[in-house]
Amino acid sequence: MIRKSIFLLAFLAIIFSCKKEKAKTEISEKKHSKIEVTSLDYNQLKPYLERKDDKTYVVNFWATWCAPCVKELPYFEKINKAYANQNVEVLLVSLDFPKQVDKKLIPFIKRRNLQSEVVLLDDTNENVWIPAINENWSGALPATLIYNKNNRKFYEQSFTYEALENELKTFLNP
Amino acid sequence: MKTIKSTLLLAVIAIITLAFTVKTDKGYKVGDTIEDFSLKNVDGDKISLKDYDDVKGFIIIFTCNTCPYSLANEDRIIALQDKYEELGYPVIAINPNDPKAQPGDSFEKMKVRAEEKGFNFPYLFDEGQKVYPKFGASKTPHVYIVSKPEMKVEYIGAIDDSSRDASTVKVKYIETVVDELLAGKTPSITETRAIGCSIKTVK
Repeated sequence: MIRKSIFLLAFLAIIFSCKKEKAKTEISEKKHSKIEVTSLDYNQLKPYLERKDDKTYVVNFWATWCAPCVKELPYFEKINKAYANQNVEVLLVSLDFPKQVDKKLIPFIKRRNLQSEVVLLDDTNENVWIPAINENWSGALPATLIYNKNNRKFYEQSFTYEALENELKTFLNP
Repeated sequence: MKTIKSTLLLAVIAIITLAFTVKTDKGYKVGDTIEDFSLKNVDGDKISLKDYDDVKGFIIIFTCNTCPYSLANEDRIIALQDKYEELGYPVIAINPNDPKAQPGDSFEKMKVRAEEKGFNFPYLFDEGQKVYPKFGASKTPHVYIVSKPEMKVEYIGAIDDSSRDASTVKVKYIETVVDELLAGKTPSITETRAIGCSIKTVK
């Protein structure tokens, strides 16, 4: 009986240690894994801006060199985490220079440990896609689009966490 | 009593409407006449548009030291001044940022940048941020082409159709518009968009 228990304990211990080990590798893998940023032209980005499922999407246009963008980025990350269970998803559309993706954008994503999805919008035809995204957008960064299948609003402004959350709430509880 | 109440209500509505009208009125539109200004240049002189006697108009560009989109366009702005100053459309660059919000855009730093890059155009400091709101500029770079003698806004927008990469430019908006104005034509392009850095203010 005692022997059996010892066996069982040892067995359990092995299982647990394996699990722990596995979890550890997963974390470190994520930390050191190669981050890649998908580069899209406007036609490729467009489907991300007009999804018609049950989610509410918060799309932030930003760049690593844009100080007010970087300042508000944690708020978008916080929203992405806090509202994930309410069907909210954040997408960060970077307007960094395509040549600086490896040098600036990816190190930035790693350093800040960004969890929201990041894509690069690389399309020179700004005079077409800026008004297509929103008629009133002058092109200044930062800018944010919040939408779901019922509602759609564009903001050429910076956000505080409270202001962003309040706007988001109008989409969740119309 | 009822009349007083309704008058009050009307007044409140009027005030609200007015407040909103002012708020949505974001500066000059194409066709508007601009007011002159007097701003300090990097060489220390004050510059006004009325100082320019012999010109046909102006290429006014809101730009700054710190925005990568501005930096990516500096050589293009220098080339514009090279070409169009003698044709009667000089470039006037204005830095609209508040150095309290963006220390790299101080007047001292402007002087350094102008020297470094060999700016061949006046680079003015919008001290107190009084000028850019009149134009309704929202970002750097942001271009306004103005024709004399009415000081009429002919064009608002981008320098060309590829702000991030000079090597992939297909349409040079400023050149197209100024060439048409010089030829006595109405510009075929009046408004364009480009990505830029928001103008920095202390809130």
